[in-house]
Amino acid sequence: MRVWKYGDDINTDMLFPGKYTYTCSTVEEIKPHLLEDLDTEFASNVQKGDFIFAGKNFGCGSSREQPALGLKAVGIRAVVAESFSRIFFRASINQGLLLIESPEAVRSYSAGDEVDVDPVEGKIYVGDKTFSFPKLPPEMLEIIEAGGLLAYTKKKLETRKN
Amino acid sequence: MGMTFAEKVLAVKSGNKEVVPGQIVTVKPDHLLTHDNTSAIIGKISDELDKYGVVRDDLSIIVLDHVVPAASEKNAAGHKKIRSFVKEHHLKNFFDVGEGICHQIVYEKGFAKPGSIVLGSDSHTCSYGAVGAFASGIDRTEAASIMLTGETWLKVPPTIKITLKGSLKYPASAKDLILTIIGTISADGAGYKAVEFHGDVSSLSMDERFTIANMGVEMGAKVTVFPVDETAKEFFSSNNISFSQNDAVWADPDAEYERELTFNLDEIKPVVAAPHTVDNLKSIKDVEGTPIDQCFIGTCTNGRLSDIKIAASILKGKKISPDTRLLILPASRKILREAMAKGYIDTLIEAGALLLPPGCGPCLGAHQGALAPGEKCLSTANRNFKGRMGCKEAEIFLASPATVAVSAIYGKITDPGKEAE
Ligand code: SF4
Repeated sequence: MRVWKYGDDINTDMLFPGKYTYTCSTVEEIKPHLLEDLDTEFASNVQKGDFIFAGKNFGCGSSREQPALGLKAVGIRAVVAESFSRIFFRASINQGLLLIESPEAVRSYSAGDEVDVDPVEGKIYVGDKTFSFPKLPPEMLEIIEAGGLLAYTKKKLETRKN
Repeated sequence: MGMTFAEKVLAVKSGNKEVVPGQIVTVKPDHLLTHDNTSAIIGKISDELDKYGVVRDDLSIIVLDHVVPAASEKNAAGHKKIRSFVKEHHLKNFFDVGEGICHQIVYEKGFAKPGSIVLGSDSHTCSYGAVGAFASGIDRTEAASIMLTGETWLKVPPTIKITLKGSLKYPASAKDLILTIIGTISADGAGYKAVEFHGDVSSLSMDERFTIANMGVEMGAKVTVFPVDETAKEFFSSNNISFSQNDAVWADPDAEYERELTFNLDEIKPVVAAPHTVDNLKSIKDVEGTPIDQCFIGTCTNGRLSDIKIAASILKGKKISPDTRLLILPASRKILREAMAKGYIDTLIEAGALLLPPGCGPCLGAHQGALAPGEKCLSTANRNFKGRMGCKEAEIFLASPATVAVSAIYGKITDPGKEAE
């Protein structure tokens, strides 16, 4: 488990450069460019189960969903930030990527701390401290539980038809 | 208790008498905007489209604008896929390459109406608050889902009330006003919130309102909205857009706001957003003299007729500096034709500008007008993020069309007041 730590206002161009938005659409095409203009180490070294910790307004900017898709695909366990921008937040729910808004957890983290999360209980463990975060409303949980918005919609259409 | 604009629209559209901030409601948007990203969107749901079809043939507005004409075989294949999708499902609202930037098209062709809900898989969908619509950006996956079901959930946002006083004094412009507002409340200052503009709104033209609403997302806003006044009604009638006054929604006088701010338009001065965030606000004096390699006038923020007119009036009979280049990008075919008829385009080309086809062009760094490492661009666009124009070692400064035009003459950031004097 590794924690990738970044600052405030990490925007969508840093998470996935705009110049690739119409040439890379599959997850495999997206992965090598994740965080390319922010941290050249990330794409080659990120591992399943890693966390991202960041400041306020994470994911601001464009409506592009490739960052959420890509971070979910490389196995980011959760993005923990002081706050998120709304389109990124929505896109992440729609992809089933776990976002945790906890300024306290972000501020208490120091390099080398072990991090773990219990999404059902709404708890995040940073070093020897535990922080609670608000659970998602049922409408959003339903989408995450279905495995993302597309799976949810497909299920809904199936039931309607029958 | 009175309701805000956002509360009223969401109450009406969800069939509730009242809604409160934080409440989640299900709505059926009046329109769904997608652009070149339509090919990725339909790719996610090709089986379902075969099985169920689209929910409504007039729901989607599809505009090819982001990389037009296609810059590569891959882009061309994407466009081709979209054209056949449109044909196969008999979609009513398709605009092929050359029509213009999606947001300008939605506005110009009257798809965004007062009190309607427009969602779009593009963050600047918030622009249509200029005509009193509840308009907001969503991701591609959600657009795919709406194409199939026609509905989605929205959380009722709390609202910030911004009261405008007085009127803008040239060379200060709507761009300087919105950059000042964003610089004041910060890039996430309106996060998840609606922003309503009150007060002396009537002093602003529709083009100016569009520029302001367009940049709402740069302060995190979910929607940014103006009341439907006489100026707006005049816009509808002169563009033959039908609308019912009954649908125009505005906040009650006793609505509850999370925050209230006042800006005095008489005091707004030309400003610049310096690299690499939109809220990195600088007065012209702070950055004056910065050499500029590329000047760019256009985009959905400032590519309208009034913007091109200002640039032409500043550059008439002048030449741009040999140390810079100037790109002009009208936001739509209609604007391009009007600017040609009025002679603005000829004036600009004579001054040394290069004309680009209506579309997004250099704005997102996917093609055209890319920057080299170490270069600086002064742009009328809405974003100056690192790498936005295709190169992470380049710098982007945002300003008004007047500031960019005057700066093109000198090849460095220049106070537009210098020309006005
Ligand atoms: S002009 Fe720029 S900001 Fe506007 S829609 Fe196109 S890419 Fe987006």
